[in-house]
Amino acid sequence: MNTGVFVLLATLLVVAALGVVLARSPIRSALSLVVALFFLAVFFLLLDAQLIAALQVIVYAGAIMVLFLFVIMLLNLQEHPAEMARAGLRFLAGTLASLFLLATIYFTNRSGISNAQGMGAIPDGFDSTAQIAERLFTQHLFAFELTSLLLLVAIISAVVLAKKKLA
Amino acid sequence: MGLEILIAAVKALTVILMVLSLAGVLGWVERKGSALIQDRIGANRASIFGFAGAGLVNTMMADPLKFLTKEDVIPTGVDKLLHTLAPCVNLFPVIVAFAAVPFGDTVEIAGRTIQLQAVQLNVGVLFVLAMASLGVYGVVLGGWASNNRFSLLGGIRGSAQMISYELGMGLSVVVVVMTFGTLDLQEIVRAQGHMIGGILPGWGVFYQPVAFVLFFIAGIAETKRVPFDLPEGESELVSGYFTEYSGIKYLMFFMTDFAEIAVISALVSTFFFGGWQVPFLGDDGFHFGSTSMALPKLIVVLLQLASFMVKVLFFCWFQIMVRWTMPRLRYDQLMRFGWKGMLPVSLLNLVVTAVVIVAFQEWRV
Amino acid sequence: MTAVPIGWFLILGSLLFSIGALGVLIRRNVIIIFMSIELMLNAVNFVFVAFARQLHSLDGQVMVFFVMTVAAAEAAVGLAIIISVFRNRETVNADEFNLLRW
Repeated sequence: MNTGVFVLLATLLVVAALGVVLARSPIRSALSLVVALFFLAVFFLLLDAQLIAALQVIVYAGAIMVLFLFVIMLLNLQEHPAEMARAGLRFLAGTLASLFLLATIYFTNRSGISNAQGMGAIPDGFDSTAQIAERLFTQHLFAFELTSLLLLVAIISAVVLAKKKLA
Repeated sequence: MGLEILIAAVKALTVILMVLSLAGVLGWVERKGSALIQDRIGANRASIFGFAGAGLVNTMMADPLKFLTKEDVIPTGVDKLLHTLAPCVNLFPVIVAFAAVPFGDTVEIAGRTIQLQAVQLNVGVLFVLAMASLGVYGVVLGGWASNNRFSLLGGIRGSAQMISYELGMGLSVVVVVMTFGTLDLQEIVRAQGHMIGGILPGWGVFYQPVAFVLFFIAGIAETKRVPFDLPEGESELVSGYFTEYSGIKYLMFFMTDFAEIAVISALVSTFFFGGWQVPFLGDDGFHFGSTSMALPKLIVVLLQLASFMVKVLFFCWFQIMVRWTMPRLRYDQLMRFGWKGMLPVSLLNLVVTAVVIVAFQEWRV
Repeated sequence: MTAVPIGWFLILGSLLFSIGALGVLIRRNVIIIFMSIELMLNAVNFVFVAFARQLHSLDGQVMVFFVMTVAAAEAAVGLAIIISVFRNRETVNADEFNLLRW
């Protein structure tokens, strides 16, 4: 049953991801990405990462994707006929992506990691928010502070870039 | 296993019915409330044999029937899939958000402990915020898929507004989480069970009055009601993002509006007014200082359920009153208020709370 | 979910990553290219969480937290760039961005 759930969710996820790449209109593409992010959040829940699943929905689906939709609506982007790359280029890109995929499958198999049976029971407190917070604010504190600096820089640059120039 | 599923299904069904019937009732209350404020009778055709009190029942039956039998107009040149999807996407997160709200303490039936909460999540606060942040999709899609300039303008306004006010909402909830030290909504309610100095209930509003005001304002902005109803703005945009909807789809947008009021009221009571807690009521009865009054467990549970409902209904009524007393903001005022008013105040509130909690560890609830 | 071996998660992750890379290569709309990049970031997040679960270590989840923050910052700056380019060139087609200054 567990394997069945995995296959079902994985299929839906891959279909949604293909929708992002293949949909003609940008807004449908964006909505496919929202659906894909949702299925990823479900996977995170099943992997005992409740906090990450909630953050995935809040940050990605609730903020980043809304920003994308807002820009698509603001620029009023419709379907564009000459939007896909030329057929030859498409074929090349497809081949490259498939080669990459085959290589990962090959190396995953060779490393023997896929033979490891299951993931076992989770240790105590693995799914608690407090434990992640403790990691974040002790061991990874420096990285955390750097991220806040990055966000500040991003805010300032977004304001500067999007501001109308007073000519 | 089968019994567990049955219990979960019953709880989920209860929550859905509660939200939807509350939304229906609120539709009637809003008409009557507006009539009260504007000094007219209001909704006087909805009565059974001249008995106006039955108007509530009548409206709840008549309105859905009217919408269901109306023609579902799909304008030409619209994206049909997205046009149909929008009202569903709008209604779904509101109902789901209610699932995490506890409406009572645990009850024991036949040796089995049942949480009076549809789902118990240890990240319940984040779940509610996540669902609140999804509410914007219905607005965006409805605006985009309608092939109408007014709708598009409404959708753009709505998405900008909801993203802006989510910040104030999120930050005021963070303060509550810091005060009670948990992300579990049931635990937050439990933590509000004590009395401050024996007289004042230990509700969040007495610890975090500023956060309460911020959350309530942000909540009204999230439900897109006056004074923040720019996305709908009848006098400017016809009906904003749902201009091009009719029949059952219009009803779904309509229901979402009222279901959102109910959810915001439930969250305000949970975070700031003790949820199902009744002042002076313990597990075994009332305690006033040294005197106490014992009550059977069943009565206590019923009192707690009633307390939650009364609080929710009060805040629903309050939101309807706000709607009929305030003028609409201008768009620049709305954005300025969100970014230059709410955000700095909520950040300041956050910092002050953090300093107080660190400085006086023993104050922590 | 415990019965599924980690290898399946790795393969699903790399499948998502390939789809994202394909999108970057074949689309010309900058916004869709951008969304494909988000998809690739998410594929990596997915593998991080799967490994965190397999190795019983929370560091993977902390890393996802950082990736999300960077993605948010990237989206804000990237979309600001797209808006300012659109103001000047009236297009979001990557093939038409042929000047280094405008």
